[in-house]
Amino acid sequence: MARTILPFGPQHPVLPEPLHLKLTIEDETVVEALPTLGYVHRGLEKLCEVRDFNQMIQIVERVCGICSCLHALCYCEGVEQIMGVEVPRRAKYLRTIWGELHRMHSHLLWLGLFADAFGFESLFMQFWRVRERIMDIMEATCGNRVVVSVNVIGGVRRDLSPEQCQWIEEQLAVSEKEIKQLSTTILNDYTVKKRTVGKGVLTKEQAYQLGAVGPMLRGSGWAQDARQTGYAAFGELGFDPVVEYDGDSYARCAVRFRETLQAIDIARLAIARLPAGETATNVEGAMEDDTPKPVAAGERRDIMQAYNRDKRHRVTAAPPPNLDLPAGLVAAKVKGKPEGEAVTRVEQPRGELMYYLKGNGSKNMERVRIRTPTFANIPPLLAMLPGCELADVPVIVLSIDPCISCTER
Amino acid sequence: MFNMTKNVVTNLMTKSSTRLYPIAVRGHFEGFRGTLVCNVDECIFCRSCMIKCPSQCITVDNKAGTWTCEVMSCVYCGVCVDVCPTSCLSMTKEHRPVATERQTIFLQGVPKKKKKEEAAAE
Repeated sequence: MARTILPFGPQHPVLPEPLHLKLTIEDETVVEALPTLGYVHRGLEKLCEVRDFNQMIQIVERVCGICSCLHALCYCEGVEQIMGVEVPRRAKYLRTIWGELHRMHSHLLWLGLFADAFGFESLFMQFWRVRERIMDIMEATCGNRVVVSVNVIGGVRRDLSPEQCQWIEEQLAVSEKEIKQLSTTILNDYTVKKRTVGKGVLTKEQAYQLGAVGPMLRGSGWAQDARQTGYAAFGELGFDPVVEYDGDSYARCAVRFRETLQAIDIARLAIARLPAGETATNVEGAMEDDTPKPVAAGERRDIMQAYNRDKRHRVTAAPPPNLDLPAGLVAAKVKGKPEGEAVTRVEQPRGELMYYLKGNGSKNMERVRIRTPTFANIPPLLAMLPGCELADVPVIVLSIDPCISCTER
Repeated sequence: MFNMTKNVVTNLMTKSSTRLYPIAVRGHFEGFRGTLVCNVDECIFCRSCMIKCPSQCITVDNKAGTWTCEVMSCVYCGVCVDVCPTSCLSMTKEHRPVATERQTIFLQGVPKKKKKEEAAAE
């Protein structure tokens, strides 16, 4: 049988992201899929070498527009871990609230796009109308709709007043009602089921072996969620991961739909339990002016020698005197510049996000390595595509919620 | 088969969710980070905003007393407003109007006098 190679993307009507797939098809069946990435690479990881660690918060937020808050949260948690900063409880709860608002709007955006991918434009409009409420909450509380810029090292920049909390609760109640009205359509409609049930099946074993994360993993029957590690205030709030067992596009859609409702519950709970107190720690030295101070001529030579020596032998500075601190905390008294390394994980709407941070005692981070959920979800996607029909490719590709700007940074 | 009928009927009965944009403008919430404004008379040219700006769009010359902002590079994060010691920077809640060419805000102020000069003037 004759084989045809079909380029799918990077510009394609149903793809919101520039993912290029080279599909080998026999008649109408896909036999092989090869991805090509690198269309939107921006070199943000390299930028950490010239921007200082406080400026990096705004830069990592721009890795991805949809989950900007969670990128900043992950980065800040990492730097706080390196510097041994204790975040106030109120700040943790506020981070949770904004993180969950981001999850809601990301899932609603995806549900709309998914409906659009199988040609249900009316449903797409319905979901995006609900999303607009969440965006309004974001604008009223953070000062912007998408890139909220609320996280700083040691806490958050904005606070919620009691009136705002009440207003958010009202808005969330209306959104919940509106989302529930759409549940029968997205989960029980004949046309939706016809396009999604049994398409792009990822078995439980495959999901584990290929390292799927997020709704992909939970759609295949694994109850794993990075929020279970208890970052921000999740350790105190408690929740059960949403799990579906079929592993097809419908299961992933159901996971995301139910997670939206779950995010509303968590946000509501966090608002109800919001403790009083400060919203940011005053870290000694961390927020001080970073302008270089004049150094005497002899002293400068010593510094340069020490710097070159360190660079050559990769010698890190002497360990802190009190060694009975828990792992991850460098010193109880925080100095201005991060030194040490940390790995942090948070649950993005798309799955697990991982940051590796390395500070060398200067104001720039030596290394910021970002592992995004889409990067982990591309191998499972390539395993799902062979055997499907060409018409189902958009639905299957969208079911992983691809975010190529995340993947390439 | 008719799962969405209720929604469709409700949508037909209720008023439109969108608005006629150029005629009806939504406006922004209090605290929206719209346009960066500098009151150069109160500026002491301490360069905090220039140092903290993540997109490096602000340039401050403390000798000449100039405050410059590359508007097209600004990411509207509001960090400069937070760090400004004299609160001469602020953000209004209106968007900057659409522009067809590169814009730069150039403000000329009075530079801070050195202590010696101040003493000499007195």
